[in-house]
Amino acid sequence: MTQVAEDIEREAGAEAVVKKFMFVNRKAPHGTIYALEGLEVVLISAAFDQDVSLAFLDDGVYQLLKGQETKAIGVKNFSPTYRALEGYDVEKLYVERESLEARGISEQQLLVAVQVVSAGEMAELMEQQDVIISS
Amino acid sequence: MAINVAGKSIETDEEGYLTNLGDWSEEVANEIAKAENVDMSQNHWEVVNFLREYYNEYQIAPAVRVLTKAIGKKLGPDKGNSKYLYELFPYGPAKQACKIAGLPKPTGCV
Amino acid sequence: MLHIVNKSPTERSALASCLAHARKGGAVLLIEDAVYAATKGSAAQASVERALRELPVYALGPDLDARGMGASVIDGVKVVDYGGFVDLVIEHRTSQSWL
Repeated sequence: MTQVAEDIEREAGAEAVVKKFMFVNRKAPHGTIYALEGLEVVLISAAFDQDVSLAFLDDGVYQLLKGQETKAIGVKNFSPTYRALEGYDVEKLYVERESLEARGISEQQLLVAVQVVSAGEMAELMEQQDVIISS
Repeated sequence: MAINVAGKSIETDEEGYLTNLGDWSEEVANEIAKAENVDMSQNHWEVVNFLREYYNEYQIAPAVRVLTKAIGKKLGPDKGNSKYLYELFPYGPAKQACKIAGLPKPTGCV
Repeated sequence: MLHIVNKSPTERSALASCLAHARKGGAVLLIEDAVYAATKGSAAQASVERALRELPVYALGPDLDARGMGASVIDGVKVVDYGGFVDLVIEHRTSQSWL
């Protein structure tokens, strides 16, 4: 188990109240390990019955692009896993509009249903959280 | 570690999970099941095949809770409960059934 | 909310993104390579000064000193030590790292 997962367990176990956890994704998917590890932490944390949401901004929006084919670069294509989140009861996926626009990406190019929000709305959502975990 | 199937040696990790997903076949599954003391029935195959389909679609092995719910949706509530799944796979549907299905250990299982 | 940034503003966009999301009532803490943003003449100086009108900006002293920047801090940016870092984390209900 990762350190982050242990932190979550401790946070969640300390009291029975449901806390708002937001996982903030700001990195492109395959150049570093952040995106994959961040996704794994989300899947693990889904077991703790907390109020989980995911935020995608800056290069993090690239994680959700359809049509990723990683075979030739020899890394796991974890992009289909975002579609499994619904089955884990993780249904709040927020994507920042300004980040999409700055990269020439439209909502139709994303591989999962999301809520597109402005930077101001994203900032507001962040303020509402009890715990923010960044990757 | 390795298991032998029809004269061929197939590589596994120290817990018995296949190193290469592509090595899986029904014979390999039967061999892993034998080592796990699981007698593969139609009901076992149903779960193992479901897991393989799930992995194929999402690229992960599901958590037990997610598996249970998804099985219930597809095969009905009499099968979508942990009692039924643990009867089939006493050491845990996620761990044991995934191993037989040739999948990696589910994320979050330690 | 306490926003913590640790990347140089001229190498990564973390600071810019952080400042676009930080709100009144929050605070920004610059550590590691992000302390360059707190120094006079940096390309980030204007945006740090703009942020200072809305919320406090802190920079970690040991990281400034290690980089020879201890004497070049932008007016208004408060320098804290490790104890001050801990106090900031305690003062704010949540913290967010802009990695």
